[in-house]
Amino acid sequence: MDEEVTLMKGNEAIAHAAVRYGVDGYFGYPITPQSEILETLEELMPWKTTGMVVLQAESEIAAVNMVYGGAATGKACMTSSSSPGISLKQEGISYIAAGELPALIINCMRGGPGLGTIQPSQSDYFQATKGGGHGDYRLIVLAPASVQEMADFVGLGLDLAFKYRNPVMMLADGVVGQMMERVKLPAPRPRRTDEEIAAECPWAVTGKPASRKPNIMTTLELDPHGMEKHNIHLQEKYRSIEEHEARWEEYDTDDAEYLIVAFGCVARICQKAVEEAREAGIKVGLLRPITLWPYPSEAIRRISKRMKGILVVELNAGQMIEDVRLSLDEPRPVHHFGRMGGIVMDPDEVLVALKEKFQL
Amino acid sequence: MTPEEIKNPCNIVAAKPRLLNDNTMHYCPGCSHGVVHKIIAEVVEEMGAEHITIAIAPVGCAVMAYNYIDVDWIEAAHGRAPAIATAVKRLNPSRLVFTYQGDGDLAAIGTAETIHAANRGENIAIIFINNGIYGMTGGQMAPTTLEGMVTSTTPYGRNVELNGYPLNITDLLARLPGTCYVTRQSVHTAPAVRKAKKAIREAFENSMKGMGTSVVEIVSTCVSGWKMTPEKANQWMEENMFDHYPLGDLKNINKL
Amino acid sequence: MKEEIIIAGFGGQGVLSMGKILAYAGLMDNLEVTWMPAYGPEQRGGTANVTVILSDSPISSPVLNSYDTAVILNQQSMDKFESKVKPGGTLIYDPYSIHHVTTRTDINVVPVDAMEATFELQSAKSYNMVLLGALLKIRPLVSVDAVMRGLKKTLPERHHHLLPVNKQAIMRGLELPKV
Repeated sequence: MDEEVTLMKGNEAIAHAAVRYGVDGYFGYPITPQSEILETLEELMPWKTTGMVVLQAESEIAAVNMVYGGAATGKACMTSSSSPGISLKQEGISYIAAGELPALIINCMRGGPGLGTIQPSQSDYFQATKGGGHGDYRLIVLAPASVQEMADFVGLGLDLAFKYRNPVMMLADGVVGQMMERVKLPAPRPRRTDEEIAAECPWAVTGKPASRKPNIMTTLELDPHGMEKHNIHLQEKYRSIEEHEARWEEYDTDDAEYLIVAFGCVARICQKAVEEAREAGIKVGLLRPITLWPYPSEAIRRISKRMKGILVVELNAGQMIEDVRLSLDEPRPVHHFGRMGGIVMDPDEVLVALKEKFQL
Repeated sequence: MTPEEIKNPCNIVAAKPRLLNDNTMHYCPGCSHGVVHKIIAEVVEEMGAEHITIAIAPVGCAVMAYNYIDVDWIEAAHGRAPAIATAVKRLNPSRLVFTYQGDGDLAAIGTAETIHAANRGENIAIIFINNGIYGMTGGQMAPTTLEGMVTSTTPYGRNVELNGYPLNITDLLARLPGTCYVTRQSVHTAPAVRKAKKAIREAFENSMKGMGTSVVEIVSTCVSGWKMTPEKANQWMEENMFDHYPLGDLKNINKL
Repeated sequence: MKEEIIIAGFGGQGVLSMGKILAYAGLMDNLEVTWMPAYGPEQRGGTANVTVILSDSPISSPVLNSYDTAVILNQQSMDKFESKVKPGGTLIYDPYSIHHVTTRTDINVVPVDAMEATFELQSAKSYNMVLLGALLKIRPLVSVDAVMRGLKKTLPERHHHLLPVNKQAIMRGLELPKV
């Protein structure tokens, strides 16, 4: 098996990429619009080829705890769900973050709150970037905007998860999950051997040889001083991630007078709006955060100095706009345009909003 | 005898298993946990399985079981130990994987995880300490609390109209095709301890042979929650708990 | 070259798979493609539509509100999408299930009797392939050869005996439009 160029849905690409990137275990539970991930993995039967474990759990709660357990043994584990299911996973996510375990969690967002709708949304931005579960923890949050990134971020996500011993969330949505595009699947990399895991993850709970003390994966520390020390350690790690891992992409920002900030599928929609605006003589550019945490604040701060105004476009009531505002050190008009509840805006709506907000 | 004579190996008639370390246990005097910890440590040691054992601790009184038995441990979120054990065993099939859970953890908040792991026939052993009460949080009603039993959340006794019936989850687990061995034991007498140890050994061996899920319920006391002396608690358990939770094998496919 | 297409009709008419085969053919011809369904619980009987974009340069938005070409297979979709065809664009429809046709004169409106042709072929499942043939006659976006290569790649091996039937349907479709 080599690299392969094909056409598939974002969700299917995640499943294929998981096998090719040498994931050890996937634990999931069906929910629209991401069920194709589990379905595709069951169809691929990777336990017969790479030895990857695939299991349909009895609930999202069980699935995320399976990831916690598998990750504690040093294995590369992942789970996926959509918004209501991700709420259920928050318990486990907090434990995984507290235990400093590497794991990949995919949220293919749908409209909420509550059971909501099965249509695309970005209304879990706060949940993903600010916490969601209990305690002072952070997830590294990747926002894919294409089927290619759905595949690529499985590998990137796991690499970052192991590099920092921290859970990574891929914050996708129903558009990138359900759409099909050309995708280049990576050449397979083998699953790590037990020896490699023992060498790379000396903390892993694998069974205690006589030569070492027990490895204990616990998130309990009854001594508040000990717990504060652990928190300080976590915060230092988060600062390091903030310093090194912010990722973003810019389009047409060089001569722009106005900036659109959008992530995921909405950035694609806004890119077309930028193309149309440019045809109409409006000098607008686009900044697409690829990591939502750490947020590319520095890039936005720098670029915003040249801008007359900023429009933040999201499929929610205004969540990422808070991080855009926090990024600025000089006052700039910042407006929000969003659709909610599963409605996806089209490029013309973005263009109309841009003209209206800045009276162009 | 002088202390030196007592310590002479030729005079030792009973010793703490090597895997049970010297940390002072936080359990109340008279609690069953200490005895069960000891026999688990003995079984792992006797099986020569220390280097392949991965144990999953619960939330409840045994939350810090990892402080006492020197094997690798994962401390689970409340009730989720069977889900964790599922992944650990599937990803590491050569390992001896067991959970150690109390009645609240296993039969209330973790009911789904317990039943589904057993129903999938995961090759794990579940050690289930049933003392009919929440010990760690201060003596609240458990799913296994007997009818009429006084707890801090049933101060007038468990009223089945208000609180439902005592949940005999082990009986349910025995009916699932995924379980291979389901037994109910206790550790309140020396013969009972011997039988319980034998049961745990069988459960662990089943896990290694890949025969399915084994469940060893240990009907236990809670001197603090029950507000009794250890002796009185044992007597009360015999007179009350064993009626609702009778001892013995519920299922053993090795003996069909 | 860039073509923005909407295919819309009832679930069960093969709307999504027609789009998929078109997109796959685009991939075979080394084009950039996106296939974006209006997804939902509808299987048969509900409305279904899919946006397909074929382009020789990277595609930005997969979500559109105006189209170069619309393939319309029921009345609801005619009512919903007739105004969204770009001036100078093409609207293809099947008169079998559509009674009120757009009155726009700034677009190219082409009836295709695909249902009748499907009856003649006595192969109900070939409906969307007849339509695809007709679409390719009017808008030669990809070659029939690319379609067949795409079909061969997407169909599981056990269904490869259906390839000739599909090709026959496409060829019949190519003959239908009175261009």
